[in-house]
Amino acid sequence: MKETLLTITGNIPLTANVYRLSLRGEGLELHRPGQFVNIALAGRFLRRPISVFDQEGEELRLIYKTVGAGTDQLSRMRTGEKLNVLTGLGNGYDLSRAGEAPLLLGGGAGVPPLYLLARELLKAGKTVHAVLGFNTEAEVFGEADFRALGCEVTVVTADGSHGRKGFVTDAFPENYSYFFTCGPEPMLRAVYRTAKTDGQFSFEERMGCGFGACMGCSCRVKDPEHPGEIRYKRICREGPVLEKGEILWDA
Amino acid sequence: MGRLSVELCGLPLDNPVIPASGTFGFGYEFAEWYDINCLGTFSFKGTTREARFGNPTPRIAECPSGMINAVGLQNPGVDRVIAEELPKLKRVFHKPVMANVSGFSLQEYQETCALLDQEEQVGWLEVNISCPNVHGGGMSFGTDPAAAAEVTRAVKAVTHKPVIMKLSPNVTDIAAIAKACEDAGADAVSLINTLQGMRIDLRTRRPVLQNVTGGVSGPAVFPVALRMVWQVSRAVRIPVVGMGGISSPEDVLEMMMAGASAVEVGAANLTDPLACRKIIGGLPAAMDRYGIENLRELINR
Repeated sequence: MKETLLTITGNIPLTANVYRLSLRGEGLELHRPGQFVNIALAGRFLRRPISVFDQEGEELRLIYKTVGAGTDQLSRMRTGEKLNVLTGLGNGYDLSRAGEAPLLLGGGAGVPPLYLLARELLKAGKTVHAVLGFNTEAEVFGEADFRALGCEVTVVTADGSHGRKGFVTDAFPENYSYFFTCGPEPMLRAVYRTAKTDGQFSFEERMGCGFGACMGCSCRVKDPEHPGEIRYKRICREGPVLEKGEILWDA
Repeated sequence: MGRLSVELCGLPLDNPVIPASGTFGFGYEFAEWYDINCLGTFSFKGTTREARFGNPTPRIAECPSGMINAVGLQNPGVDRVIAEELPKLKRVFHKPVMANVSGFSLQEYQETCALLDQEEQVGWLEVNISCPNVHGGGMSFGTDPAAAAEVTRAVKAVTHKPVIMKLSPNVTDIAAIAKACEDAGADAVSLINTLQGMRIDLRTRRPVLQNVTGGVSGPAVFPVALRMVWQVSRAVRIPVVGMGGISSPEDVLEMMMAGASAVEVGAANLTDPLACRKIIGGLPAAMDRYGIENLRELINR
C-alpha cells in the first residue's frame, strides 16, 4: 500500500460510458492481479476505488465505468494532469490454485481486473479461456486485448447483438480446472450456482477508506476451517477477492 | 516540554492530535502507512461487551465536504479486543491508548469499562454515549442529561482511569449534557460525535444507506463542532477534547482556541491514511504563522 502521485498519459472512451485511463509514476506497489487503487478527485471527499486492468513497470492502466458525478469528473481529466492515488489495495487473486486450464468469467465493468490475471496465468504456462459478458454490442470492450494475450475468448451479449447470445453462465466450456470471476452481483450468484469447480469471486462494495480502517465495506463469510462459524471480512482489505467456499450470500 | 506537548487528565501527550474512534481501527492498519508513535495517542475502535457485525451495507455515503457512515459499531467484543487486538496494537504503539466503549445498558457500559480499565496499555476510557447508528442504545444515553449522568456515575464507580464522556451533537443544549457529565464525575468530555444525516440515490429513489440515516463527518461539520466546543468549554471546568471535521494544522489551532485541550481527527484518516502525521508535521509552521510559541498557551479558559 502506498500513496503516490501519478500523471495521466491517456484517458480515452472505449464505449459510451467506459474509459481507459493510463497513468505513469513511481511506487505502484501492485503485487497481484485483482488488486485495486483508490483515486482522490478534486472537490470529492471520498476516493474512487478502481480495479487495475494492467500494470508494467511505472505504467498503470485502469478501465472504469462512469456511474456518477465522481467518475464523470474523472472521465473529463486530460493527459498531463496528476492524480493522488493509493495503490496496492486489496488481496487480489490467488493464482496458485488455478490448475492447468483456468476459466475467467467477466461481466461488464467486471472484465478489467481479469486482464492482468490472464496475462499472469499465461505467463505461468496455463491455458486460459476468458468468457466476457455484456448487455449489448455497443457495450463490448476488451475482446481484442484478451485475444492479443493469447487467451481463448468467448464473448456473450444478453441480446445476441455480438458474439453468442446469452449470459456468461451459458458459455461455460466443457472442461476447466478452476475459475476466476468478477462482475455484477446477479452474475456472480449465477456463476456460483453454475460452476462445477472451486473458484474466486471479486466483489464490489461502497467503500469509505479502501484500506481497512472504516469497516464500511464489511461482509459476512463462512469460516472453512470451522464449519458453521461466521466471520467478517472487509471487501477492501481481506477482499475484494473471496473464495467460493467462504461466500455467504445475503438473502 | 516541546512546543506541541499538552496533557489530558494528568497524562502527557507529545502533541494534541488523537485519531478518533472508528477511523483508526486498532492502529495496526495505519502502522503499515507510518510510525504511529508520532501521535499523541489514538482512540481505538468502539468496543462493546459482545461482538457486533454492525449494519447491513451500504454503510457509507458521500456528501459535500464529508461523508455519512452507518457502520453500527462493528467490533469483535471486549474479550477478543483484549485477547487479540490489544496485543497486536502493543507491537506498533508504545504509548497509553484511549479505549472507546459503547453499550446498550448501564451494566454493559460498566462491564466493558471495568475490563478495559485493567489493561495496562489503556490510558483513558472514552465512553461513547452518542453513536447515532445503533438502535436502543448509544445515542439515547447522550441526549438526556440525567441518562448521561447515570452512565458517567456507573462507569466511574467501576474504573480508576480517567473517564472521557463522548457527546452527541444531536441535542438542543450540548452544554447541559456536558455539565451533567461533569457533575457526575467525568474527568473530561469529547465532542462532537457525528451529526445525523442521509442521502438518497436519484436513480433508485431509495436512501443510499441501508440504515437510511447515518452520521455526517468531515470538514462539513467543523463549524458546528467548533461552536459546540466553544459552548461546552464555557460551561464546564474539566478538559474538553474537540473533534469534528479537523483536517489541517490550522483546524487544530482553531479548535484549541475554542477551548479544546486536545483534538481528535476522524474522517480525514479515511481519505488520507497519512493525515494525522501531516497535521502534526505541519503544526510548528502553522504556530509560527500565528505567533504561537507553544500549544499550552492556547488552553486558557
